[in-house]
Amino acid sequence: MDLSVSPEQIAFRQEVRQWIQDAMPADIKAKAAGGGHYDHEEQMEWHKILYAKGWVAPQWPKEVGGTGWDIGKRHIFGEELVRSNAPQLSPFGLMMVGPLLIQFGTPEQKERFLPKILSGEEVWCQGYSEPNAGSDLASLQLRAEKDGDDYILNGQKTWTTYAQHADWIFLLARTDASGKKQDGITFILADIKNTPGITVKPFLTTGGTDAFSETWFQNARVPQSNRVGPEHGGWTMAKALLAHERTGIGGIAESKRWLQLCKRIARETPVGKGSLFEDRGVRDRIARLEMRLRSLELLQLRTLAAAQVGRAPGPESSILKLVGTEIQQETTELCMDAMGHDALGWLDSPPEALPAIEQGVASSFNYLRAATIYGGSNEIQRNIIAKQILRLPTA
Amino acid sequence: MNFDLTEEQQILVDSVAKFVQNDSPVERFRKLRDTERGWDPTTWARMGEFGWLGVVFPEEHGGFGGQFVDLALILEQLGRGLVAEPLIPSVVLAGGLLSELGTAAQREQFLTPMIEGRTSLALAYAERQSRYSANDCQTRAEKRGTGWALSGEKTWVLNGHAADQILVLARTSGDSLDAEGLSLFVVDGDAAGLERIRVPGMDGQRSALLRLRGVEVGADRLLGEEGRALLPLERTLDRAAAAACAEGQGEIQELFERTVAYLKQRSQFGVPIGSFQALQHRAADMYAETELCRSTMILAAIAADYEDREKRQAEISAAKLQLSRGGWFVQGNAIQLFGGIGVTDEQDEGLFFKRLRVLQGLFGDADWHVARYQGLPGFGSDE
Ligand SMILES: Cc1cc2nc3c(=O)[nH]c(=O)nc-3n(C[C@H](O)[C@H](O)[C@H](O)COP(=O)(O)OP(=O)(O)OC[C@H]3O[C@@H](n4cnc5c(N)ncnc54)[C@H](O)[C@@H]3O)c2cc1C
Repeated sequence: MDLSVSPEQIAFRQEVRQWIQDAMPADIKAKAAGGGHYDHEEQMEWHKILYAKGWVAPQWPKEVGGTGWDIGKRHIFGEELVRSNAPQLSPFGLMMVGPLLIQFGTPEQKERFLPKILSGEEVWCQGYSEPNAGSDLASLQLRAEKDGDDYILNGQKTWTTYAQHADWIFLLARTDASGKKQDGITFILADIKNTPGITVKPFLTTGGTDAFSETWFQNARVPQSNRVGPEHGGWTMAKALLAHERTGIGGIAESKRWLQLCKRIARETPVGKGSLFEDRGVRDRIARLEMRLRSLELLQLRTLAAAQVGRAPGPESSILKLVGTEIQQETTELCMDAMGHDALGWLDSPPEALPAIEQGVASSFNYLRAATIYGGSNEIQRNIIAKQILRLPTA
Repeated sequence: MNFDLTEEQQILVDSVAKFVQNDSPVERFRKLRDTERGWDPTTWARMGEFGWLGVVFPEEHGGFGGQFVDLALILEQLGRGLVAEPLIPSVVLAGGLLSELGTAAQREQFLTPMIEGRTSLALAYAERQSRYSANDCQTRAEKRGTGWALSGEKTWVLNGHAADQILVLARTSGDSLDAEGLSLFVVDGDAAGLERIRVPGMDGQRSALLRLRGVEVGADRLLGEEGRALLPLERTLDRAAAAACAEGQGEIQELFERTVAYLKQRSQFGVPIGSFQALQHRAADMYAETELCRSTMILAAIAADYEDREKRQAEISAAKLQLSRGGWFVQGNAIQLFGGIGVTDEQDEGLFFKRLRVLQGLFGDADWHVARYQGLPGFGSDE
């Protein structure tokens, strides 16, 4: 047992860190130094820079545009991206539908979609949830009926993150309502911009950003060649995709960054003749969270080490989502507390009233409430642990 | 980065697990807790034969040159059977200091017999006012002829009631809170002027209150450099904290597994209580905390060998906090989910609960480790 990192990994981390510094355009750098809230255009600008370098999809196989890095290097790369506060890339193409197509797509589908996911020419979104199908996703009702070579789609999706920026949507649709509800679902790709009958209505999150949308389908016609996997086989696709979505969902690198910010805020907040960082109560709270995060990081390293030698992700990975998202929320709660009166501010409070590093905190604090809800809520995670790992009986 | 056990480590773990299962189930502890000594010298001697008491010591010192991780793996398995033989006081505390500071003659005289399981040892550092601060020492050693005379009182000396030799921390110069001026002496358990009061503990194990009234020792009983004991002592206490995490993992794992088994077996309202979602979620959280404890227990065991003081302390404090916080979540809920029988002495869970609580309070509790952690220079830096 050892925790040491190889000289090669140390050098790699250094290389990545340096490259990010050199590659970041001035405007993005300025934002990274502040709150790091980016708009869609800035995200895509950064996407294209990574693409040009060949580093946009490290988790893809090398033949289709990946980097050929092992898990250890991918992990380091991910950590460095978060640490630099660079824009977070949209995950729907790169992390979700891309890997799924690589695994299950037809040669034509791969050729048609993968290059444009890589280049950022086409942006994707995820159409799973519906007003009446959240945690109980399999009860979804959006209908897909065959008509000639097409499917005709009718129904509604919701919480579709960044649908308003997307060119394509991957969705789960009901193709059979007769049997077990999991058995009548099909995985379909739709051109969300150019298909008549699809309407996207963005709405505000409590974070103050219009991160998600309602997406309506009214007799929207999509070719059957856009189906991934077999007809009625969508549930298997959804489960395979979920495995891709879960990696990194614990947000450990993000939490580290939040804790650094919290310390910075405390240091830069005057109290009497000193600073808030001299307050033992505040220091203890930060310390406790940082120490707990270290426990979780070790758990993540255990998971990585297992994956490195080709073992399937152990039961540990379910804990990463559960505990990781709770820690992430706590880190922003701590930042808010450290800000005192400044926590009353908002994204558009003037810089004279709200220091730049505090600008985005309240928005993130609100938005991160979602971390324990999406990707399978934490209650659902506990159900999974209880049933699949501990094998506790059902009532 | 690698978390796999080596082949030798796996063999070691298996053999300790087998020993616990066959020779030292919890019933053995139940019998021992009613005895005066609280542990069994014959079993101790067997542990010596197995080589468990010497794994961490260098070969030149009569040990097997292993890493601290090896000892941690042994302790974890022993924790599952509440094995009461005094490995932490004898091997980690006193043995560790003898190996680090002792002369060849001192090692031969005091360390070798312990490694062979013929004697046991103890370390007396805590005092009534010291809480967890090793530097807070009022016991004094004064020059007497070529040797020393020790006077003072030591509390909660693990295995102090039975040890053949006790390492005593005493002040040879300076004020009671100074970092400099602390020295260690090897005192025989039956030395004249030493009163040992046996103190039964909550966990059924024993420690001692020591009164030293001018206990005389020769110059050859000074361990290490005069006045320079604090740094090695601090390192030893870090290793002891890591050892507490390791043994505690055994108890946590037992409590967790026993609780999950009980949730499947116990019925109320006509169904197994494990089908209630409120309890399922509690069990899921217990699982998460158990695995987090395992992660930090490994972390602490690896860090125990670090030379870099700050790095070692940061990791071990994080682990000790998790033992207290996460461990507490598991042990508290274990008793709760057992219901009434969870608080009966007949049921083993209460014994695990108590031992774990003792380990949580030894070598710095959660608050002490948080305080130490936030005081490390790295805590305020930007990386
Ligand atoms: C910021 C954000 C972005 C999102 N982006 C997308 C996206 O891009 N595409 C997409 O398809 N979806 C997206 N979602 C939707 C997300 O997947 C759902 O919110 C999630 O699955 C929960 O469903 P729900 O909101 O309907 O809550 P519900 O399922 O109604 O749950 C309400 C509460 O009940 C609990 N609950 C439900 N069932 C159980 C049970 N069996 N046992 C115990 N407790 C239970 C839940 O944990 C929750 O606390 C997003 C959500 C958020 C918040």
